[in-house]
Amino acid sequence: MNMIEAINDALDIMMARDPDVVIMGEDVGYFGGVFRATAGLQKKFGKNRVFDTPINECGIIGAAVGMAAYGLRPVPEIQFADYIYPGYDQLVSEAARLRYRSAGEFIAPITVRSPFGGGIFGGQTHSQSPEALFTHVAGLKVVIPSTPHDAKGLLIAAIEDNDPVIFFEPKRIYNGPFDGYYDKPVKPWNTHPDSQVPEGYYSIPLGKARTVREGEAMTVLAYGTMVHVAAAVCEEKGVDAEIIDLRTLAPIDIEAVEKSVEKTGRCMIVHEATRTSGFGAELSALVQERCFYHLEAPIERVTGFDTPYPHSLEWAYFPGPVRIGEAIDRLLGAE
Amino acid sequence: MAGKRNLPPLEFYVPEPKFRPGDPVDFVHVNIPPAGAQPRPDEGCAAIETSPLCYDLVRVLDEEHQAVGPWNPRLDADTLREMLRVMARTRAFDDRMYRGQRQGKTSFYMKCTGEEATSVASAFALAADDMVFPSYRQQGILLARGYPMVEMINQIYSNRADRLKGRQLPIMYSARDYSFFTISGNLATQFPQAVGWALASASKGDSRIATSFIGDGSSAEGDFHAAMTFATVYNAPVILNIVNNQWAISSFSGFAGAERTTFAARAIGYGMAGLRVDGNDALAVYAATQWAANRARSNQGPTLIEHFTYRAEGHSTSDDPGQYRSAREAEAWPLGDPINRLKQHLCALGEWDDERHEAMDRELAEEVKAATKEAEKNGILGHGLHHPFHTMFEDVYEELPWNLEEQSEQAIRERRIKWPSWKEYEK
Repeated sequence: MNMIEAINDALDIMMARDPDVVIMGEDVGYFGGVFRATAGLQKKFGKNRVFDTPINECGIIGAAVGMAAYGLRPVPEIQFADYIYPGYDQLVSEAARLRYRSAGEFIAPITVRSPFGGGIFGGQTHSQSPEALFTHVAGLKVVIPSTPHDAKGLLIAAIEDNDPVIFFEPKRIYNGPFDGYYDKPVKPWNTHPDSQVPEGYYSIPLGKARTVREGEAMTVLAYGTMVHVAAAVCEEKGVDAEIIDLRTLAPIDIEAVEKSVEKTGRCMIVHEATRTSGFGAELSALVQERCFYHLEAPIERVTGFDTPYPHSLEWAYFPGPVRIGEAIDRLLGAE
Repeated sequence: MAGKRNLPPLEFYVPEPKFRPGDPVDFVHVNIPPAGAQPRPDEGCAAIETSPLCYDLVRVLDEEHQAVGPWNPRLDADTLREMLRVMARTRAFDDRMYRGQRQGKTSFYMKCTGEEATSVASAFALAADDMVFPSYRQQGILLARGYPMVEMINQIYSNRADRLKGRQLPIMYSARDYSFFTISGNLATQFPQAVGWALASASKGDSRIATSFIGDGSSAEGDFHAAMTFATVYNAPVILNIVNNQWAISSFSGFAGAERTTFAARAIGYGMAGLRVDGNDALAVYAATQWAANRARSNQGPTLIEHFTYRAEGHSTSDDPGQYRSAREAEAWPLGDPINRLKQHLCALGEWDDERHEAMDRELAEEVKAATKEAEKNGILGHGLHHPFHTMFEDVYEELPWNLEEQSEQAIRERRIKWPSWKEYEK
């Protein structure tokens, strides 16, 4: 399966398992979603459970919170993460705080799915990676898969979770893994081992990282598309890196991070999002605080630049092989 | 830049209320149609048929304190007396809690003086399990539904019996068992949530409806538009209320758009039924809510109700309305006081009198006083009888993640450094 098919399969399975799961969003119903993630679901489960919404993200999240308060388990879609901001107040002030402020009387077990990330010539408003705006919010969980196998298992776990989950789907790798070499042809998922998705129900626990590759020379902390880009650069340079796909950013798998950096003594953090106050800053601080005496070089952060996401200069912006390669050289060159 | 072209200069218009501190007040510009003159359309009518009522004012109680016209809900005397009692109870409660804040027993309070009918009469017209998504000025609904006063005071005092564990600012109640949604400080967020709840109820084939309340000021929020759009698109079984009390803290209703139209009239643009009611007339509020509830319950769709009323006191204990409006406004308000109007109606029916009213007020004052004393046994704000320390970290998530475990340990460590003999008194 590719990632779209894996997500569609997860939704299908959860709709069938739990009559309280409902899907809502712009174009998700009859049409099946602009990325086809909800294709066929309205026909199978009916308009009561899979329905199109007005173009109003505040309304989508607000209504989902109310539906959750009733006892449903809504899975709203925000068509692009760049358009989640009108729903931000409902997510931050409401969904994230509902359990706390009502001492558990009301909960918001909603899963907000949203395509995110760049590398597709999406320009300013179809490329953003706003995960840090959500990892900063107490009460939210933030999940980002990097393979079809993980996308299905993590989405099932997110829907079953009783806390509100922001589920960002890296749209660059919906159809195939992307290694950052934009000038070479992209391979489809069926050539990749993690496109083997088990049939039926399975879940991957939230809050647990995945070791993509074991290694001794350095630790790479990444998620989403950048897992594949970082792995390709390490392989090309022949670096024996330990690559950790964080999968869940909040709550972070701190044990996996500590264990790896204590072993390797070097740490590179890679994300597409802008640098300043990005999630990499939190990761860097955690590694510095908890692995300080094991560090043999300054922690490297490879990120997007502190600019809005550009259109024509996309590959100059994108933290690709050159930027990652430089960081690897600095890490390994330091004595 | 300005003046380049041979055209008159544009003017920037900023609304200004009619009266400021010290001004004499007359409300002759407020059109108050006679009671009983408003038609009552069928509950299943097309939304557009309610259009005239959005610019009118549904009124039942006339100048002689009689209930007149097609909106007269014809309630029996016992129900009227009960409604009067809950409204008076709400006012007695507000008065005591306001004093409690001034005495330092809590940090904050908000009264609903003058607006008691909008919440209490609404609650009387709803079923007990219809879900309410309130703002912070519908305490009358909790009291109408029999929510224990001691619980309310425990929350206001943030004491060890506070069911919200001292996490919430006073008056931000939550009472799921009374179908009263957790109050948020963020204005208008509850409006689309109420619509969502109603959609869920409809999609499950339930018979319960939802209702929500916002103020005139917060109707300017984007959430209002979201709620109205979703409610009409899906024909949601919901009643959306705007309590137009003329003031949003220091801003008069003109800053929410009231100079050019009514709040009820917005309903028509969305294709929703709208009603504009005399918010100080408990019978009109009851009748409008009942109309909207019947409409929602029979799958005829949502209704927007504007309750035309007046915020008789300050916005909160942190507010001094003498700084921005004339002190004479409340007494000059042409729709009078909701409690007094219902009282006069019952007196006119021969079902009530001044002596009974005074006795009731004394009784209610005693009831509130006793509840206050009971709640104070559990502590007042800042006097140590709060919830156990570790509860601060609970309910952020269903389970405590590692970072909150660590931070909880740190907080307890800090406590022991400051008070070496301190022990968590219960776990």
